Amino acid sequence: MSHALDLLTIVAVVAGAFFFLAGTVGLLRFPDTYTRLHALTKADNLGLGLVVLGLLPHVDGVVAGLKLIAIWLLVLLSGAAASQLVARAARRREPDA
Amino acid sequence: MTELLNAGLALLIVALGVWTIAARDAFAAAAGFVAYGLLLTLAWVQLSGIDVALTEAAIGGGLTGALLIGAVGRLRSTEAAARAERLRPAPRLLAALVAGAVTAALAICVLLLPDPAPTLAPEVAANIAAAAVGNPITAVLLAFRAMDTLLEAIVLVFALIGVWSLAPDRAWGGRPGPRHVADPNGILAYVARVLPPIGLVVGMYIFWVGADHPGGKFQGATILAAMWLLVMMAGLADAPPISRKWLRLGLVAGPLVFIAIGFAGAVTAGAFLAYPEGHAKPLIIVIELALMPTLALILALILVGGPRRPVRP
Repeated sequence: MSHALDLLTIVAVVAGAFFFLAGTVGLLRFPDTYTRLHALTKADNLGLGLVVLGLLPHVDGVVAGLKLIAIWLLVLLSGAAASQLVARAARRREPDA
Repeated sequence: MTELLNAGLALLIVALGVWTIAARDAFAAAAGFVAYGLLLTLAWVQLSGIDVALTEAAIGGGLTGALLIGAVGRLRSTEAAARAERLRPAPRLLAALVAGAVTAALAICVLLLPDPAPTLAPEVAANIAAAAVGNPITAVLLAFRAMDTLLEAIVLVFALIGVWSLAPDRAWGGRPGPRHVADPNGILAYVARVLPPIGLVVGMYIFWVGADHPGGKFQGATILAAMWLLVMMAGLADAPPISRKWLRLGLVAGPLVFIAIGFAGAVTAGAFLAYPEGHAKPLIIVIELALMPTLALILALILVGGPRRPVRP
């Protein structure tokens, strides 16, 4: 059982790290603000979710696990809100908008 | 493996520090400073200084970063002129020499520290029972070195007075900062409605666990201040005019309670800021409870800035 959980942790955290890497590559390579925002928020939210999922079997106690999930949800909320605000500011700055 | 990660972290911190200084664009430098603060937070976590890490994330990265970004916004009109300005070689060289000398002196001081470094940690550990709190940082801040914490709170009041004293005469007593208008159905207003209840709980939690775990009034107050700023920026509530009596009272209440308890200690326990035997814990809680709203008010109002809009007669 503990081996299965360890395997879950390894797979989930590695997958999470991959999404962070993909998001960073997108941030560096995509051509404009909107696609860069897309790369950042989507990939990082998923990446953090996977890292949290991978860490869950190893926390001591239910409360610590709930805290991790709460952190993920808060990052989701702030990431979504911040990307909307950045996108709106970028749109306002476009000459033909 | 850990050494490798730590070395990478240290290199990143130095590189980002250099980049922040070298960046010509003020906004990029401010953004770099925020990232620098977050990396420093990680460094403090690696050094097991979780209390310092929390403070660095909240005050160093978050609050100071926001302050700098606000300053960049105000300086935008002067930036082109400042960037076109080129110092002559002599003052540049002098500045580089002085900065290098200060860095070298600091490095020498750190390297000359005896090994193991002088520490009062064993004495704190031996006497922590007298302070009746489990977190040694809180014991130092509110029992063994309470004077420092008191002066820190008073310095913050002075900082706010400094910000306010830059107000033009006609705006004195008026509302600070610009009037924020945002779409009441927009995403900012939505977040400003959803997040503050969560932020209040988290802020109070961080304040309350400070007795036995990393945390405390300062970090908690920063979160409360951030929630208030969010509500103001979303246009849901305007900043209060600085002439309001409740506001002035709130700004001095924390330090006044602290000083009152300090003088009470001079009578009952024989020294200023001493706590009578057996009453340390409740007194520390009273001081922290009194200081937290004051700190939240001050931190938020320093970020909002000086009064700009006169009260209408």
